[in-house]
Amino acid sequence: MAVGRVLVVVESVGGQALPASLELLTEARSIAGNVDAIAWGAGGAASLAGEVGGYGAARLFDVGDVGDSLPGPVVAGAISGIVASGDAPEVILIPTTYDCRDIAGRLSVKINRPVITNVIDLEAGDDGIRSVHSLFGGTQIATARFTGDKPWIFVVRAKSFAPLQSGGPAAEVIPVQPGDLDATGAATITSHHVESQTGPKLDEADVVVSGGRGLGTKEAYAMVEELAELLKGAAGASRAIVDAGWVPYARQVGQTGKTVKPTVYIACGISGATQHLVGMKGAKHIIAINKDQEAPIFSVADVGVVGDVHQVMPKLIEAIKALA
Amino acid sequence: MNIVVCVKQIPDPAAPPAIDEANGTLARSGKLVMDDSDSYGVEMALQLAEQAGGGEVTLVSMAPNGETSGLRTALAMGAAKAILVSDEALAGSDALATAKVLARAVGRVKPDLIVAATESTDGYTGTTPVQLAELLGFPSITFAKQISVSDGKLAVQRQTEVGYDEVECQLPAVVTVTAGVVEPRYPSFKGIMAAKSKPVDQLTLSDLGLDASEVGATGSGQEVLSVVDAPQRASGEIIVDDGEAHQRVVQFLQELKLV
Ligand SMILES: Cc1cc2nc3c(=O)[nH]c(=O)nc-3n(C[C@H](O)[C@H](O)[C@H](O)COP(=O)(O)OP(=O)(O)OC[C@H]3O[C@@H](n4cnc5c(N)ncnc54)[C@H](O)[C@@H]3O)c2cc1C
Ligand SMILES: Cc1cc2nc3c(=O)[nH]c(=O)nc-3n(C[C@H](O)[C@H](O)[C@H](O)COP(=O)(O)OP(=O)(O)OC[C@H]3O[C@@H](n4cnc5c(N)ncnc54)[C@H](O)[C@@H]3O)c2cc1C
Repeated sequence: MAVGRVLVVVESVGGQALPASLELLTEARSIAGNVDAIAWGAGGAASLAGEVGGYGAARLFDVGDVGDSLPGPVVAGAISGIVASGDAPEVILIPTTYDCRDIAGRLSVKINRPVITNVIDLEAGDDGIRSVHSLFGGTQIATARFTGDKPWIFVVRAKSFAPLQSGGPAAEVIPVQPGDLDATGAATITSHHVESQTGPKLDEADVVVSGGRGLGTKEAYAMVEELAELLKGAAGASRAIVDAGWVPYARQVGQTGKTVKPTVYIACGISGATQHLVGMKGAKHIIAINKDQEAPIFSVADVGVVGDVHQVMPKLIEAIKALA
Repeated sequence: MNIVVCVKQIPDPAAPPAIDEANGTLARSGKLVMDDSDSYGVEMALQLAEQAGGGEVTLVSMAPNGETSGLRTALAMGAAKAILVSDEALAGSDALATAKVLARAVGRVKPDLIVAATESTDGYTGTTPVQLAELLGFPSITFAKQISVSDGKLAVQRQTEVGYDEVECQLPAVVTVTAGVVEPRYPSFKGIMAAKSKPVDQLTLSDLGLDASEVGATGSGQEVLSVVDAPQRASGEIIVDDGEAHQRVVQFLQELKLV
């Protein structure tokens, strides 16, 4: 094993660990002999002991219920307490989510260690761990490593590893405290707003149909939704049309949005900017419809249609309906 | 209300990116421009200062070779002044080292609010602003899609997986904004002329009381081992629509048993 002990940050929703955290628990098993998890949640995280144990965590550090606080400073405080206690992990794996990126930043300063982010793979070697990164829209691959003292903090993108259960027993639950946070812990959530979404989740769907600025109008996004529904898939978007307010942010695919790996990704009126490509290049198959033959999206497409979305999509929708 | 906006100056993203062969970092020797991602923060800060009925917007940037072109763009939008930290010893700084430098520079202004982008266009580590907040001992709210300030309190709509949360905290605080929060103004001709004479305070590491061993490539504790071309996806089939191209898509979906 490349390292002795890995700590995985486990974010959960409604008492269930996020897939991105389960992916990291799985990977942790192949780089370290001992795997621990740290989690928080309404009523405490002890209810996750079975799930994280089933993915290989021997111990679960329970930060407890963070209430209305943003988790970043609280969880980072708890991890730095573990590090200071002499029971320090050598590697800390953190998924790329809104809250977890905050944890990584806070923790980095608390324990005065750098972070390596946007990791898509980890390689265990004799001299420790190397991280793999996709650069410039996936045209180049960089390998990096830490040169300083442990613990090493890696922030890993979702879907970098396939989650696999270990069949291990429930993890031993160990309560931990965040310590004194002073003003850094002052941000509180006063309300939650859920923008409705139907059909399969974007990052779990087998088919993703995404629209971009080439649709021309917000109304034309209805074609994307209809095609997605016909294919029992989810509708996604480029950032250009999220910024324009045509669709909610939850639909965004790419560097700052979701990473998707469906069987088929259909890009409609999307140019294929590097920041979009990093979120969908992992699709098994890619279909692109774009009127500009030079659009970069064609460089990753299995089937590329040079044409107007307003011509091609209605016909495509009708043809699929006719088959049903 | 005094606001600091972190403005990163980066190689023109429209030009093909170049990697410095020696250390695997991004080549930053040419002319730099303001990162587009920071134009939203500048605009937001200008609007918040206006709404507060006064106060100054100060830009803070760390960049090589005394570069100010990007700062001039933000000054032309309306910021009052800028602090630029430039020092050869800073080359190769990672996000933590950068945050240490920015924290010292920000400390000179004593702002009520610090605005940054959620992530930069070139490095997109996405942790620098939170590292900065922790160094300063301030609360932070990241991924803001709407911001307001009243009675010394910052209120933010923060993006979440499913929508957004309303989050608030007292000032001073750090907030990071996403693209699209506001429509950045174009600098007017008057603004561009005025920007030429606005003060840019140029500082070095010793001005900030930082030791070279804490920053730059030596202080960064990480290194790039290699940068290689990624395996190419096998090139696909391109068809120019003659009115029937959708048939090929249907056939492809049928081969995959999706229809
Ligand atoms: C820090 C940072 C992070 C970012 N993160 C993301 C991200 O997460 N996701 C993301 O998507 N982007 C992201 N971006 C933005 C990205 O750089 C692009 O600006 C964006 O992806 C472009 O969206 P688009 O393809 O819809 O628009 P455009 O680039 O404007 O492309 C529109 C395309 O539509 C085609 N078109 C026009 N009319 C038609 C028609 N009638 N029929 C067919 N085709 C037509 C055009 O030929 C063109 O190729 C990020 C940028 C930065 C700086
Ligand atoms: C491809 C690539 C990958 C990298 N990966 C890592 C990594 O994994 N870990 C790491 O520590 N470093 C990494 N770096 C180095 C890092 O990008 C730079 O060190 C940079 O100084 C700070 O990080 P950022 O731009 O990624 O910041 P981010 O955290 O993405 O920046 C967020 C915001 O902070 C503000 N900000 C950031 N830098 C400055 C500045 N110099 N002046 C003013 N405001 C600023 C801006 O508002 C910016 O939008 C990487 C660089 C490259 C090119």
